[in-house]
Amino acid sequence: MFRQASRLLSRSVAAGSSKSATARAFSTEVPSTIDSTFVESWKKVAPNMDPPQTPSSFMKPRPSTASSIPTKLTVNFVLPYASELSGKEVDMVIIPATTGQMGVLPGHVPTIAELKPGIMSVHEGTDVKKYFVSSGFAFLHANSVADIIAVEAVPLENIDPSQVQKGLSEFTQKLASAATDLEKAEAQIGVEVHSAMNAALTG
Amino acid sequence: MASTAAVPFWRAAGMTYITYSNICANLVRNCLKEPFKAEALNREKVHFSLSKWAGGKPEKPTLRSDTPGV
Repeated sequence: MFRQASRLLSRSVAAGSSKSATARAFSTEVPSTIDSTFVESWKKVAPNMDPPQTPSSFMKPRPSTASSIPTKLTVNFVLPYASELSGKEVDMVIIPATTGQMGVLPGHVPTIAELKPGIMSVHEGTDVKKYFVSSGFAFLHANSVADIIAVEAVPLENIDPSQVQKGLSEFTQKLASAATDLEKAEAQIGVEVHSAMNAALTG
Repeated sequence: MASTAAVPFWRAAGMTYITYSNICANLVRNCLKEPFKAEALNREKVHFSLSKWAGGKPEKPTLRSDTPGV
């Protein structure tokens, strides 16, 4: 009986995959496409068991993109130990992407940006809140929701300038005297992070 | 199809992104002003107990309670 099942399964899967190879649906449209021939064959073979679920039946449809650009950007800014901003509606955020400071307005093109150590500023009316972000990612979605994740993000007032200077000179020295590739990389990271902090404090 | 995209220097030196990110975070934490620095270092402490198994039985566990290292 189970040998039959695999033959039936492979038959209906082959039929399904040749159809769907050309017309791939996006996950916004997916959930209701249940293969009825498969379900019928399944019921003949194993009438007391529910047909298996497929991953798409567990997926929630992607939130639909509004047809007109929303006026506010919804920001979720999370750290491993705290949720700094959760669903906050703002006018703009400027994120320190590896490709440069990126301004994000409502209706921004969906983007995934890797962040470098730098300042992230959240603009709400005339309020500007700045954080120094150590590194992370920013996911900008089509529905004007921005998910920004960072490992460490601190308000600029909490950074000690003397420590930054000390660190900068220490790592510049290490970079000059580094031997292996790994040491060079670590020293370079140190120099980059401290220079970014320095620039953030003085800029 | 070019898979010769410029790799970041840390990737070229054999480091993974997580290692890079953790190093950056540690450097930032070390440059904080006093009350925040102590809080951050406290928050990042890890304690774990490690035991090797031999012949189906755990041997004596070793306790590691490092302050944040990489």
